[in-house]
Amino acid sequence: MFYRENGQFKTTYAADQQIFTIAQDKWFVLGVIAFAFLAVPMLADEYMFRAILIPFLILALAALGVNLLVGYCGQITLGAGAFMAVGAYAAYNFLIRIDGMPLIGALLLGGLTSAGMGILFGIPSLRVRGLYLAVATLAAQFFCDWAFLRIKWFTNDSSSGSVSVSNLEAFGWIIDSPVEKYLFCLSFIVIFALLAKNLTRATIGRQWMAIRDMDVAAEVIGIRPMYSKLSAFAVSSFFVGVAGALWGFVHLGSWEPAAFSVDRSFQLLFMVIIGGLGSIFGSFIGAAFIVILPIFLNQFLPALGSLVGVTISTAAVSHAELIIFGSLIVFFLIVEPHGLARLWAIAKEKLRLWPFPH
Amino acid sequence: MGFFIETLIGGLMAGMLYSLVALGFVLIFKSSGVFNFAQGAMVLFAALAMARFSEWANAALGGNSLFLANLIAFVGAGLMMLLVAWAVERFVLRKLVNQEGATLLMVTLGITYVLEGIGQTIFGSEIYNIDVGMPKDPVMMFESLFEGGILINKEDFIAALIAAVLVGLLTLFFQKTPVGRALRAVADDHQAALSIGIPLNRIWVIVWLVAGVVALVAGIIWGSKLGVQFSLATVALRALPVVILGGLTSVPGAIVGGLIIGVGEKLSEVYIGPMVGGGIEIWFAYVLALVFLLFRPQGLFGEKIINRV
Repeated sequence: MFYRENGQFKTTYAADQQIFTIAQDKWFVLGVIAFAFLAVPMLADEYMFRAILIPFLILALAALGVNLLVGYCGQITLGAGAFMAVGAYAAYNFLIRIDGMPLIGALLLGGLTSAGMGILFGIPSLRVRGLYLAVATLAAQFFCDWAFLRIKWFTNDSSSGSVSVSNLEAFGWIIDSPVEKYLFCLSFIVIFALLAKNLTRATIGRQWMAIRDMDVAAEVIGIRPMYSKLSAFAVSSFFVGVAGALWGFVHLGSWEPAAFSVDRSFQLLFMVIIGGLGSIFGSFIGAAFIVILPIFLNQFLPALGSLVGVTISTAAVSHAELIIFGSLIVFFLIVEPHGLARLWAIAKEKLRLWPFPH
Repeated sequence: MGFFIETLIGGLMAGMLYSLVALGFVLIFKSSGVFNFAQGAMVLFAALAMARFSEWANAALGGNSLFLANLIAFVGAGLMMLLVAWAVERFVLRKLVNQEGATLLMVTLGITYVLEGIGQTIFGSEIYNIDVGMPKDPVMMFESLFEGGILINKEDFIAALIAAVLVGLLTLFFQKTPVGRALRAVADDHQAALSIGIPLNRIWVIVWLVAGVVALVAGIIWGSKLGVQFSLATVALRALPVVILGGLTSVPGAIVGGLIIGVGEKLSEVYIGPMVGGGIEIWFAYVLALVFLLFRPQGLFGEKIINRV
């Protein structure tokens, strides 16, 4: 009823090539962004920011990066955690080793370093495909885990092996309260999401999709596979690296290599696949699902237990969490192998046609 | 020289153990095209079942016969793996026929969580021991050939022997029995296999059961070496380079790959490790596999990948 494009005539090419061609979509997204910037800081409490909102935003950014590679270019990666680590440690080293390095500069340089690593570990993708590639990217993961644990230079010779960053400041704005951290991350992710959306609409994104759908055919029509695949690895690693730097600097404050273990890589791939491959919006839903579900189960299960008069031990709760989390993942993949974003798209299509079925 | 050969033999034996885990991956991938990340969780689950069943059976028998208790436990754990195989086929695989590789991979990761959760809920989450009466003392060999001889761990030796026997049995099973032939037919082409009347669903249960039994044997051997605990599930990550090195679809590949990785890991740890600060065996296997892949993208023995437009 409300979601119709009737009467929205496009009279210029510019109007036809907008990101959101339907006005309702545009207003909805702008509304969500305005809500996130203006209303959420007033509504949410500190726990919400620390435990849910900030992790969600940063992991959504990382998932976005992974989605560019896996969803748009079709190269499965299990090494995303490693690129987060590279981003975090590189940004850390840029910040402490170069005097007067601004925070934003350090974050972006961390991302660029990660992009370089991405190109390096993306080289096998020129020869190796599919599941073989997925396992090959684990090499990046284990190598980085090892390097940041054993090579003391990366951690500035700290004795405990953990590094910490304090006094975050950007353009004279001192970021210390959770609300400010939230707004800082939110600005990053809005800009990067816009960037990602535009990249996927541009030449480079179309090349990635052609490579994903059929790389031999893409090569025949003149797309350079090496350039496309490596650029996908670079851009994806850049996003993931910036997310990693934010995760270390803003969310954790001080961290060890274990913060970016192979579990993190799996988690990111989960977000992308549950959210929807090849969908910017899907990265956000996927991240929300994976971040919120464990917290929800953690709170909900003991409450449920006390409701029926059983006290559940913490060990049993953590095991039950594993079981339910795993089952839900299996369930969602069975119900909608194309991800939650696909469900959203179907719902929108139905709304457009409503009340008619076709 | 003696030290080098000792390291080499140690590597070969560790390699056989990797092959054992890798075999589980290959079996399932060959017959259903699923890259089964849950293999590690299956090893953990099977080992947990074995450890606890043997403990309980031993208590029920009054501690008289360790062999009988272990036998009962082995059968019990085998039945548990049958249950797992049936459940996976019935509730997951059957509904995901014809999906993409990435989706199936993610599903097995989901299964991993479920198995880890259920395993620890039923059998507890402490560290357990499996005692199947393997001798633990090392022996000296070839003392006449080298100065000081070569130290060989008897336990490793027996484990390698068991792995070799298992591989032989599996090869026979695949080549000579009707079920094995059906499995190979399914591996080649699902539709063609269906059209000549091979029941796909039952075949999948059998494959997962065989992979489960392989996981059980791997779990017993690894468990009696390291103790049964949660970290056993990460053995799968150590065995992954073996699979891609040998080729995802090749049983001999899993063996040869395992041996190469085992030897490479041990030699690199001993000879290169001290130069860069140690602990390199975890990623060395992956880098080794990666270098091999650059020359043979389908692994050493994998089927050649042909692209058609």
